[in-house]
Amino acid sequence: MVGVITGFIDELREAGVPVSMVETIDAMQAVEAVDVGERVALRETLRATLVKNQRHERAFDTAFDIYFSTVPPPPSQPDETEDPLSPDDLPQSLPADRDFDQPEFSLDQLLESLLEALAGLDSDAMRRGAREAVEQLAGMEPGRPVGGTYYLYRTLRRLDLAELEAQLIEAMIGDQDLTDFERRLLEEDVQARLEALREEIQEEIRRRLVADRGREAVARTLRRPLVEDVDLMHATSNELADMEAAIGPLTRKLAARLARRRKRRTGRLDFRRTVRRSLATGGVPADPQFRHPRPHRPEVWLLCDISGSMATFSRFTLQFTHAMSTHFSKLRSFAFVDTVDEVTDFFGPGIDFGSAVGRITTEAEVVWLDGHSDYGNSLETFYARYGSQLTPRTTVLITGDARNNYRPPRDAVLDDVAKAARAVIWLNPEPHTYWDTGDSTMSHYAKHCTSVHEVRTLRQLEEFVENLTLPAGIGSQKG
Amino acid sequence: MDFESPAGIAEALTGVGYLPDHRISQVVFLAAQLGKPVLVEGPAGVGKTELAKSVAKVTGRDLIRLQCYEGLDEAKALYEWNYKKQLLRIQADVDHDWDEISHDIFSEDFLLERPLLEAIRADEPVVLLIDEVDRVEVETEALLLEILSDFQVSIPELGTMSAHSQPLVFLTSNNTRELSEALKRRCLFLHIDYPDPERETEILSARVPGLSDHLAEQVAKVARSIRSLDLKKSPSVSETIDWARTLIALSVEDVDEEILGDTLHVLLKYQTDIEKAAKELTNTPAS
Repeated sequence: MVGVITGFIDELREAGVPVSMVETIDAMQAVEAVDVGERVALRETLRATLVKNQRHERAFDTAFDIYFSTVPPPPSQPDETEDPLSPDDLPQSLPADRDFDQPEFSLDQLLESLLEALAGLDSDAMRRGAREAVEQLAGMEPGRPVGGTYYLYRTLRRLDLAELEAQLIEAMIGDQDLTDFERRLLEEDVQARLEALREEIQEEIRRRLVADRGREAVARTLRRPLVEDVDLMHATSNELADMEAAIGPLTRKLAARLARRRKRRTGRLDFRRTVRRSLATGGVPADPQFRHPRPHRPEVWLLCDISGSMATFSRFTLQFTHAMSTHFSKLRSFAFVDTVDEVTDFFGPGIDFGSAVGRITTEAEVVWLDGHSDYGNSLETFYARYGSQLTPRTTVLITGDARNNYRPPRDAVLDDVAKAARAVIWLNPEPHTYWDTGDSTMSHYAKHCTSVHEVRTLRQLEEFVENLTLPAGIGSQKG
Repeated sequence: MDFESPAGIAEALTGVGYLPDHRISQVVFLAAQLGKPVLVEGPAGVGKTELAKSVAKVTGRDLIRLQCYEGLDEAKALYEWNYKKQLLRIQADVDHDWDEISHDIFSEDFLLERPLLEAIRADEPVVLLIDEVDRVEVETEALLLEILSDFQVSIPELGTMSAHSQPLVFLTSNNTRELSEALKRRCLFLHIDYPDPERETEILSARVPGLSDHLAEQVAKVARSIRSLDLKKSPSVSETIDWARTLIALSVEDVDEEILGDTLHVLLKYQTDIEKAAKELTNTPAS
């Protein structure tokens, strides 16, 4: 058991989940206290001791499925389960769909039993059905180094989930007369049940892959980057949703960093603490204590490239900044493609974020000429129109890849912006090595910025927030 | 209650109206077995605080609660010297030798216990609830570390005060900011999400007297449906309970579009959310 758990922990670390030595020891101790025969108990025990961040739970679940999947097949069909995994079968000699020719299997029968199991919420029957579906429909070939997705897709296509869903809805409605509303609830219920079936099938496929190729090999194929390591420019919508959930905690931290100032004794006298402290000097208040001054709420302007190539990233940065709007005295956002427009009002309180982004692309005047990024013109327009409103407490955040479509960079204006503002920070979602290649003009702009950061993943965003230091606030002189 | 098995814990908690799932009962079991604090995380209103209260109830232990907020310091969380009493002591005793007095005024008589110290100094084991720990600053978090790993508090003038009895510690967090690694490492982690409709139906039946099974199931399904929308604030379990109570007060037997439209404000607290849900679910603008 110890061996399996250390292997499991190694896999978690490989997948990027940070597991410390102390946590490993905790896990071992905890496992001693539970009945390892019970899979759920074991899973929750390991989860509670090893995973300390909800974002890592998916990686945990995948690894757990792989490492603790040895569930004995039910006695009703022991030899069937053994059959396709037997090492004697050579992949070449097996036509993938061999099993369909076997007379005793009928797809209709399987569908019927699945339908029954789903309608009756019978999880045992569902598991049996999933097992049979994988057995008969996935056409798994031993030794083939593919991940489970291929087999999953294959099984689901043969099962025809859409048809199954329609039939299930029909079966559950029966002869009742439902309103739209009731129907909607019912459909959601059906979808949840089918999702459970899908997971069951996926688990079954993984179980077989593990039996076939061993844990390490399967774990390697199934490893996915953690949410914080997903490339922001190429994230899928699922990954984006996960990221959005993760940015809430970050915003508070960034706001705190931007607000940070040198400690000064500007607050009112704190009488209680002064008297308390005076005891150390025999009752003489030699060391007056002051209340902490109110935290300084910084002003932030976000300048955001929303051209096609930056769509995913700009959506993300807009969301990120607006998630922290409560922490700022003034937050203004500007969008640009080849000219710039203020979009702050699109994000007023109580406005749905998704539709606001939609409105930006249709209503804001960000295209002047041809709809290709023009940083030079955008920055000049920005400074001409809004430059006079910049103050020494404004931090300007620019997000963009600085790909200027071979137009002149006209970067001098950025220097004016930098002089008027407290700081100019540029976040570039491209890898550092790509900067200044092709039409990227990053270094022209970089020399005027207070700092420039590669922010390609959530983790890098986190690092940026973590290490952010700004020149001292109000009234400071910039060189 | 004993902590013999997760199943026993689940049963006991169910007895006081808290319905745990596998994960919750397993983690509470481990917390008792290993003597480690539990960090409970999840959206607002899924019963994080309630879990600690229910555990206190079934074990018959006292619940000591520390509500965290920005600006919490050790004088409010750990201990404070009773300086008024110390001043009086100094003034009352002008004849005495200073050494003697200074030794005297930093003794336990002059110590004001705050929740954390109180929890470990209690004669009977207690349940300690450190609520919304994500609200304190990162620096203040460090105050908790000693008590969480060793159940002791070091006071410079007095030395180390160790626990008379081992408290069962629950920390809750709404995840408004990332907690420090050091804190997380010392805790068992428990993420509670919105319950699935089956469990929510059970919770509703347990919490709302007079609720028919049919209505409970409908309420749970509507809740899931609303939570699947992209809202500013999804309805919490406590809000669905409120909604179920509202439905009973209105003697509703069957939820339909009209009733949902009229009572959405019980479930949702933002006008934009209400409008969105009304549009999605009832095809009519909110009233």
